[in-house]
Amino acid sequence: MNIWLVMLLGGLVTFGMRFSLIYLFGRFQVPETMRRALHYVPPAVLSAIIFPELFLSGGVFDVSLTNTRLLAGLVAILTAWFSKNTLITILAGMAALFLLQYWL
Amino acid sequence: MFTTRNEKAGQFWAGVRAEFPLLIGVFPFGMIYGALALNAGLSKPAAQMMSSIVFAGSSQFIAAQLIHESAPGLVIVLTIAIVNLRHMLYSASLAPHLASLSTRWKTLLAYLLTDEAYAPTIVHYERNGVQPFGHWFLLGAGLALWSTWQASTALGIFLGAAIPDSWSLDFALPLTFIAMVVPVLKGRPYIAAALSAGLVSLAAHALPFKLGLILAALTGIAVGTILEERQAQKGETR
Repeated sequence: MNIWLVMLLGGLVTFGMRFSLIYLFGRFQVPETMRRALHYVPPAVLSAIIFPELFLSGGVFDVSLTNTRLLAGLVAILTAWFSKNTLITILAGMAALFLLQYWL
Repeated sequence: MFTTRNEKAGQFWAGVRAEFPLLIGVFPFGMIYGALALNAGLSKPAAQMMSSIVFAGSSQFIAAQLIHESAPGLVIVLTIAIVNLRHMLYSASLAPHLASLSTRWKTLLAYLLTDEAYAPTIVHYERNGVQPFGHWFLLGAGLALWSTWQASTALGIFLGAAIPDSWSLDFALPLTFIAMVVPVLKGRPYIAAALSAGLVSLAAHALPFKLGLILAALTGIAVGTILEERQAQKGETR
């Protein structure tokens, strides 16, 4: 198959999935449980992205003091909890990562 | 009229601003993609156009890799579809907030819907409820990401992945997601949803095509919903 055709089909499928429920919503009656479930999409998806970034190093589960990303991530979580500020959280996390990489 | 325009601009620029920290992590990612796609044997125009036709980071990496291995076209398309399956969750999650828009708006916003545009937008929507010009926020976040993705792809194609790994700029992405998710954890069902999704994502990380991510997300959603229903029942019997 031609590479441009592959990209076009891949793009169409991707767009179709992004468009699907935005388009269909409102055209059908959405059950109450489903509506409630949607509120849990952000914490669930974001945590599923965050956890491997912190707990895996090189694809291996790593809970040790040499896992600088995990430690810096914990600093960021605490900062986010107390400051509720995006910029401060990112700065704290990056600073922690640089310092830990420098020390360890 | 004037106030309306101000409100639109306000939402739009709030979206751009909210997207900003994510761009720090996206920029080197786009450069790496551009460099990698060339190495994989894509032509410069093809490598660049994939960033606007498919416009979904991780699936572009995998597609470039599969093209390099001369995998059959249908396999590549199918792989892109599975890797991007999670976008249906984003589509469902944003749908109630975009329900009143015209099909033209829905089409444009769906095209711009990525992980990085979804995250700040849904947090903004959940915090502020339905606002008359809220869709301009997603437009701002989406366009900021889109233009950064195109520019960083181009730089990667022409300069190679020039930003050293040791700068760890990619870490800005999970950090921004942390900054977004922690304030959302108001109450036990939300915390349980986050923790269960995180644990499943670790247990299932070896699954191909980001299926671990989807499995983890569905688990978290189910756990949160069930806990909330239980809490509601307890409240009623008391």
